[in-house]
Amino acid sequence: MSTTLNPTSRRTQAGTTEPAWVRYSLIGVALTFMFLFLVLPLAAVFTEALRKGVDVYWQALQEPDAWSAIRLTLLTALVAVPLNLVFGVAAAWAIAKYEFTGKAFLTTLVDLPFSVSPVVAGLIYVLMFGAQGWFGPWLQAHDIQIIFAVPGIVLATVFVTFPFIARELIPLMQAQGSDEEQAAIVLGATGWQTFWYVTLPNIKWGLIYGVILCNARAMGEFGAVSVVSGHIRGQTNTMPLHVEILYNEYQSVAAFAVASLLALLALVTLGIKSVVEWQHARDLKARTD
Amino acid sequence: MALFSLTRGHRPARVLPGFGITLGFTLTYLSLIVLIPLSALVFKTFTLTWDQFWAAVTGPRVMASYRLTFGASLIAALINVVFGLLVAWVLVRYNFFSKKVVDALVDLPFALPTAVAGISLTALLAGNGWVGQYLEPLGIQLAFNPNGVVIALIFIGLPFVVRTVQPVLEDTEKELEEAATCLGATRWQTFSRVIFPSIAPALLTGFAMAFARAIGEYGSVIFIAGNMPMVSEITPLIIIGKLEQYDYAGATAVAVVMLIISFALLLVINALQAWQRRRTGAPA
Repeated sequence: MSTTLNPTSRRTQAGTTEPAWVRYSLIGVALTFMFLFLVLPLAAVFTEALRKGVDVYWQALQEPDAWSAIRLTLLTALVAVPLNLVFGVAAAWAIAKYEFTGKAFLTTLVDLPFSVSPVVAGLIYVLMFGAQGWFGPWLQAHDIQIIFAVPGIVLATVFVTFPFIARELIPLMQAQGSDEEQAAIVLGATGWQTFWYVTLPNIKWGLIYGVILCNARAMGEFGAVSVVSGHIRGQTNTMPLHVEILYNEYQSVAAFAVASLLALLALVTLGIKSVVEWQHARDLKARTD
Repeated sequence: MALFSLTRGHRPARVLPGFGITLGFTLTYLSLIVLIPLSALVFKTFTLTWDQFWAAVTGPRVMASYRLTFGASLIAALINVVFGLLVAWVLVRYNFFSKKVVDALVDLPFALPTAVAGISLTALLAGNGWVGQYLEPLGIQLAFNPNGVVIALIFIGLPFVVRTVQPVLEDTEKELEEAATCLGATRWQTFSRVIFPSIAPALLTGFAMAFARAIGEYGSVIFIAGNMPMVSEITPLIIIGKLEQYDYAGATAVAVVMLIISFALLLVINALQAWQRRRTGAPA
């Protein structure tokens, strides 16, 4: 972009860009690929949902089972996201602000849930809390149900969304260093004041970014939740699981109606993400100017 | 830091409070949510004899699922390398209408729940779908067979390649390309000898990440795969199948195999990223 302000830009660009026909063909191929693989599936969700008209669409969303799935999904995200937020901030503070042995290993461990298959993530909680599991007999004796119940769904969701916020914050806080915090402490601020007035404003965009990605995954998780849920209609079905059940029962319109809510969530997530990136870039620019 | 370390010997003093509590909380939470449950998997495996374990992880249906999972993941990740590089290149180097929207849309597979992606791709590619109805008369079937698995995995893996290559491409120095042109290189020579080597580590990292994600993927694949035993059954589905038959030990054995492969890939990705950092001198 900046080279266009340069009077010699035309000549310098000649060596660093392609002939027009190459440029336009590359853009064309890239956009066609994006259209086929991203735009079409997204459009299909909404068209399939509205295939039988708006009335049928609204009716599908007003099913009691759909509502209980929506409530459970919101509840799950409402527990999982704050837990991982507190963890993310604590882990980023410990890893970015101090030097200690085993730091690189700890950072790798934080990333671990990303590389575990969602199905395996669900399975490990079945092995812990299921009837055959480690705590199974004890839980049964005390009449506590975790697997095939809401706590299991929340646990599996916490596992798969575990690294999201920490992962955003660790590199950000490492890049910022701890000079500002040290100055605050030397000037007499308490640790909490330092975090609240110095660190938090510096990391707020990264924090929001991590939270919305964590939330999107928490609400959309399928594999891990599917293993621990038991698929009890109206009780242990999250929205993605409800979509699966409706789809397998050939209630295509109803399945896509619930799916369209999740697709809207994805679009809102992408929208917020773009705004956050833009704001963050503006803040960075304001600071360097 | 230097000022304080003078008073307390060689180790720099921890001026900032909260090290104990944040590290303690991090380790406790990590253990409770991740490490202890994962160890349950390993301990459960030890209840099997070696022969039982081997039989569980090398049954014909399981072997067929490995071939499909790894084969489809490899093909999808390779396709993603080609198109991911192309999309990243177009987004960094050229200006065109709707560029910002396209850029934001790249992350759609991260944000869209996998089950939604699965039913939507199936609806498109099934015999009566928007795309499927034109392909079926030509004898091309993309849904309910291994082709569908590859397509779902391309969708899932695309952002990994684009988002690892894009920042590196943004940082490449135009001066090098100008120098190459001045020295008489054609544009293609400049790309293959100057630009490509500098983005190769990022491309490889993106490939490994897309591949690792594809191997574990479940939600988007099961709708489009058709899930026929020996033909289009992925390994995560084998685990679910064994669980539904209350074969916990068998499910665990296959899960351990997947977990070991995930660990290996995680180490490879870490090594690739370290290599990339050394190459570019910047955090990747």
